[in-house]
Amino acid sequence: MANSSDNSYRSATISVLVDNEAGVLARVIGLFSGRGYNIDSLTVAPVDPERKQSRINIVTSGTEMVIGQIKAQLSRLVPVHRVADLGLEGPHVAREMALIKVICSGEKRTEALRLADAFRARVVDATTGSFVFEMTGTPDKLDAFLELMQPLGLAEVSRTGIAAIARGLKTI
Amino acid sequence: MPANEEQREIHRSGAEVLLRALKEQGVEVIFGYPGGAVLPIYDAIFQQNAIRHILVRHEQAAVHAAEGYARSTGRVGVVLVTSGPGATNAVTGLADALMDSIPVVCLTGQVPTHLIGNDAFQEADTTGITRPATKHNYLVKRAEDLARVVHEAFYVAKSGRPGPVLVDLPKDILINPAPYTPPPSTPHPSYRPQLDPDPARIAEAVALLKSAKRPIVYAGGGVINSGEAASAALIEFVRASNFPCTTTLMGLGAFPASEPQFLGMLGMHGTYEANLAMHGCDVMLAVGARFDDRVTGKLAAFSPHSRKIHIDIDPSSIDKNVKVDVPIVGDAGRALMALLEEWRASPGRPDTKAIADWWRQIDQWRARDCLRFHQPMQPGSVIKPQHAIRRLYELTRGIDRELFVTTEVGQHQMWAAQHFPFERPNRWLTSGGLGTMGYGLPAAVGVQVAHPDALVIDIAGEASILMNIQEMSTVAQYRLPVKIFILNNEYMGMVRQWQELLHGGRYSESYTAALPDFVQLAQSFHAVGLRAKSIEELDDVIREMLATDRAVIADIMVDQKENCFPMIPSGAAHNEMILGPEQEESAAGITDEGLVLV
Ligand SMILES: Cc1ncc(C[n+]2csc(CCOP(=O)(O)OP(=O)(O)O)c2C)c(N)n1
Ligand SMILES: [Mg+2]
Repeated sequence: MANSSDNSYRSATISVLVDNEAGVLARVIGLFSGRGYNIDSLTVAPVDPERKQSRINIVTSGTEMVIGQIKAQLSRLVPVHRVADLGLEGPHVAREMALIKVICSGEKRTEALRLADAFRARVVDATTGSFVFEMTGTPDKLDAFLELMQPLGLAEVSRTGIAAIARGLKTI
Repeated sequence: MPANEEQREIHRSGAEVLLRALKEQGVEVIFGYPGGAVLPIYDAIFQQNAIRHILVRHEQAAVHAAEGYARSTGRVGVVLVTSGPGATNAVTGLADALMDSIPVVCLTGQVPTHLIGNDAFQEADTTGITRPATKHNYLVKRAEDLARVVHEAFYVAKSGRPGPVLVDLPKDILINPAPYTPPPSTPHPSYRPQLDPDPARIAEAVALLKSAKRPIVYAGGGVINSGEAASAALIEFVRASNFPCTTTLMGLGAFPASEPQFLGMLGMHGTYEANLAMHGCDVMLAVGARFDDRVTGKLAAFSPHSRKIHIDIDPSSIDKNVKVDVPIVGDAGRALMALLEEWRASPGRPDTKAIADWWRQIDQWRARDCLRFHQPMQPGSVIKPQHAIRRLYELTRGIDRELFVTTEVGQHQMWAAQHFPFERPNRWLTSGGLGTMGYGLPAAVGVQVAHPDALVIDIAGEASILMNIQEMSTVAQYRLPVKIFILNNEYMGMVRQWQELLHGGRYSESYTAALPDFVQLAQSFHAVGLRAKSIEELDDVIREMLATDRAVIADIMVDQKENCFPMIPSGAAHNEMILGPEQEESAAGITDEGLVLV
């Protein structure tokens, strides 16, 4: 793509503070699809009702140059107030929530419950033939749990995508 | 009544509020085309005299005309079109203005708010369609937002890296009463481009520039967008440093072509000396240019031995294609002035001896005279397109009017860039980034409206001119004395050239058959038609064209097989340029990889 020496890929967690107005998400998504950037995860929700601002968290990956481009392209959108590359700007916390439906019976039921307990997943719905677990954690942790549920009757997953924030005193 | 309350007064209609906001923004001219959704605006226009409306014949042309107006005046161009097809027709113009960073505000009508989303008559998702073709766009859904949004649209269009901004106006918003609010006195809450360069970066850049043995300045359209002061600072810096200077297609005129330090345009059809100097330099100062693929050629081989400084107002232009060593975010003019000051104040001295050697090398490249062509002069000889442009330039030199040149897209555009020198910014208008055939005539309309007494020439190809030929009617209505100088090779010449060089001479669909008689066409549009068929007729036709105070189409029949050289085939590096038949050697240069590129 470019004549940069550093062509290794990295993952980036980018938080964007935007005006909560019509079309703002389309602008961000259109930027990614139009310029061929990856979106691995994307979440959006209002965070400041007074200032009418929303926060978008995007997990993306690319070369250092591409990630630099993504941040610059996001920053020049008119309704964007702030763009933070959380991984680059210091330590951060990233969490994702999932609702996980497992359909199973007999021994598999006990095993599913035992594993859920070990992973601190909560049972939020149960029938004689199924569970819905609610689980929060890093995406890796969710992946690990889902892998264990696979042979036990994993039937459906709904994930939120990540919410992320810097550690310590730093704010966006 | 206190002033601000008076200013917040409720107007009879949104259309009136809109016009008041436009007046407040200093708008004098709108390029537009009416339709159902914008009738309230046309009604308001009818009842006032401060703003002039120019009726184009196609909405794409309205945008190009606004671009011509903007580029030649440094002001924001304004477009007004109806909903649905009016808006979709404008899209090409918007994309063109986006690519070339031209400030335009496009007002589109929309179906009334309660019908949005219902597939109403002439409804289109205009903000959805134009989102990637504009710098920003708005849909006004509440009367109280109208004035604020219009003011903001102008601010966004002209601030930072300029571009097109669209405001979609539902019909009920235009009809119902609405309050007027003046432009805000506080800065925009989120969009605040950085104008002043970081002094530490300027110092770093100057230290690097002073260490240079083989420097080059590579200037682009950003210098022109920044204003005449940026060009003045560029000239001063280049003179003070004795560095060579090249410009992009969009930057022509930012640095005077007659200056001995000017190497001509660089890039795909740039000069031998400019491209080899870019390839061989050790320090590059890029300013207001964006390392476009037409400029860099093969990226991996682009200027491989240089440290690069890049001044740009748009941070996303920096490190996009080419990694640079000293990024400087800021306005081109301010950054160049800061650079100049630091150049004078800082202790180090440039390596004048090395730079003198560098100039000797450049002069050897120059001696190749890469733009040379041979024009046989005996009567009956076929006209070389390059010669026609040279003569056009020479015969317009002495004129006592301002001169503006627009172009269409193709070989004629590149020949114009190579053979028509410009001394000042804002006089050369061409579609660079999007390469839009059909740009030149409507752009000329916009220029002529802004500069009624100027000489405005559209250097055209016979294929491109047909793409917006309907604007001859606009030209007639407003008695605009534009001159259309067609280099008629009866081919989509640039396509034909690529087919000759890259596709084994299979001229698939590039012959422009069934052309109109341009002389009669001119006459039917109430203009003057002239034709030159061979060399002895050329000067007379140009003279007559220049002496005519009405619109003219000059149909210049030129060599059908002439190719535009030098040429860096796509996928090749700057030092793999193909020179013309007038030059001794000619490299093959085109790789399979290059074939997939455009
Ligand atoms: C709207 C549009 N369609 C297609 C093209 C591709 N294209 C580039 S140059 C060219 C031929 C232009 O022919 P003409 O206007 O006669 O100019 P010449 O190259 O012959 O000087 C074409 C088709 C384009 N640039 N723009
Ligand atoms: Mg042609």
